[in-house]
Amino acid sequence: MIRIDSVTKRYPDGTVAVDRLSLEIPDRSITVLVGPSGCGKTTTLRMINRMVEPSEGSILLDGVDIQAQPVNTLRRSMGYVIQNAGLFQHRTIIDNIATVPRLLGWSKERSRARAAELMERVGLDSSLARRYPYQLSGGQQQRVGVARALAADPPVLLMDEPFSAVDPVVRKGLQDELLRIQEELGKTIVFVTHDIDEAIKLGTMVAVMRTGGKLAQFAPPAELLSAPADDFVEDFLGTDRGIRRLSFFPSGALKLESGPVVPVDADAKKLAARGSADVPYLLVTDLDGKPLGWGAPQDLTAGEIAVGQLLPYGRPFVHGKDSLRAALDGAVLSPTGWSVGVDGTGRVVGVVSQAVIAEAIRNAHAEGRTDDEAKAVR
Amino acid sequence: MNILNFVHAFFSDSAHWHGYDGIPTRFWEHIGYSLEALAYSAVIGLPIGVLTGHYGRGGNALALIATAGRALPTFGLLVLLTILLGFSLVPVMVPLVVLAVPPILVTTYEALRSVDPSPVDAARGMGMSESRILFQVELPVALPLILSGLRSAAIQIVSTATIAAYVGLGGLGRYIIDGLYQRSYEKVVGGATLVAGLALATLAVFWAVGRFAVSPGVRRGA
Repeated sequence: MIRIDSVTKRYPDGTVAVDRLSLEIPDRSITVLVGPSGCGKTTTLRMINRMVEPSEGSILLDGVDIQAQPVNTLRRSMGYVIQNAGLFQHRTIIDNIATVPRLLGWSKERSRARAAELMERVGLDSSLARRYPYQLSGGQQQRVGVARALAADPPVLLMDEPFSAVDPVVRKGLQDELLRIQEELGKTIVFVTHDIDEAIKLGTMVAVMRTGGKLAQFAPPAELLSAPADDFVEDFLGTDRGIRRLSFFPSGALKLESGPVVPVDADAKKLAARGSADVPYLLVTDLDGKPLGWGAPQDLTAGEIAVGQLLPYGRPFVHGKDSLRAALDGAVLSPTGWSVGVDGTGRVVGVVSQAVIAEAIRNAHAEGRTDDEAKAVR
Repeated sequence: MNILNFVHAFFSDSAHWHGYDGIPTRFWEHIGYSLEALAYSAVIGLPIGVLTGHYGRGGNALALIATAGRALPTFGLLVLLTILLGFSLVPVMVPLVVLAVPPILVTTYEALRSVDPSPVDAARGMGMSESRILFQVELPVALPLILSGLRSAAIQIVSTATIAAYVGLGGLGRYIIDGLYQRSYEKVVGGATLVAGLALATLAVFWAVGRFAVSPGVRRGA
């Protein structure tokens, strides 16, 4: 555990970057420091590997003051990832990743073997090993940055706005990758960002900091969304707080209806049977069970279903894996007001109406479903 | 008679290829002076440029020294030092070094200053010592610019080392000075051609060193 104990950073010109900050960063989880620029989040991170020395207070790593060991020994025991990756442009990708093992005195062969292993872990093709950084895209470079930080298998990973400089699509990919890697490796990660959505997506715990280096709130993301400590936090969380909180409610409890689902080759009898209930629309699937679109029962003629004429079905949610937010999103995206639940392979499991989703949301609020199980559905 | 005729006359005279005043002797003398002057200049310019660049301090002082060095007239310095110290290699070396240190110093400083700070930050954060950061992160990236400073210094030295002949020493300047005295223009033109050729060869050497020493990851675009 990293314990930040009443730490202050004051610069010679009198600026206070961090003001009596105390934080307990739990092991094997992602703790995100988030806040507007000038809130001291990066300074806080850099004090953990002594890139910045605190003016007052102390930082303890597993109960031992980080000042107790030589600074470079400390730094080699913590992975460090920065914005724009900071790769060494004169070294190949594999040698970039092998940096810390080499510093620790590993042989070249062993370091490179380890680096190759990490390339695979962060999703980099082995053909990139002999390339130079300039030959890689921004997203690939950032993966190399993460691999390089993990190379010596440090228990702690410090990440300073690592995904800020890449486009949103690549960023989402990198975030998902980080969560996957974290599931496998269980590092103690301290992650700095100015993006509250990123903080909520990645953080097990989120520390919201305010200008002047003060801690505004330290809580799990669901709690942040449901109970912001003050106006500053609420403001910083932005709009759609309620909708975003739905990300923490699992969709597994939703009862899907499989009745109003018909394959595209359904015969007249089947169409009539399925359309008889008080369902305004039928979901037509292809022969593989994947959704094609909605149609009113009276518009569907057996054997002549015109796929192009069907109403859009929005974005299906993976039942049990995606959250109520995804389910609701699907329902409001489709003009029918119904959402399509699919399994992991994209085959339709059933459909659900806005009304049912709304009830599930009410139930979830009532149960306060923001526990670990809910956490897993992000 | 045009220049090409002079050149032809100079190089086809077999007498110019032998003895203490032959082309090979003068050529190697010239290279010797040049290498010596470049070595002194590099020993002075590189460490100062590297350290000031790495720590980012003293840039203004450097600019001042460089300007002063460039302002000193090479020929005047040569004559003055010869009067003061007598005939030796020292009065030749000093003006050459004064000429060559500023480009080395200033480009080396700039080369270190212009290294992207984020890999340096990453290196420090990963626990690299300052000397490792300098030698393994900054210098490899700064190398192309440092080499370009050395290259312009070397070319200036090669072209200016002809002054050695003014104070009775050898080198390719011999042909130019003697030729002017003897009104032997083929000698003047021949000597000048050799100096120009040597300057071009210097360029080629630096190009080859760059190909060999600079990482392909840094070289692109350079």
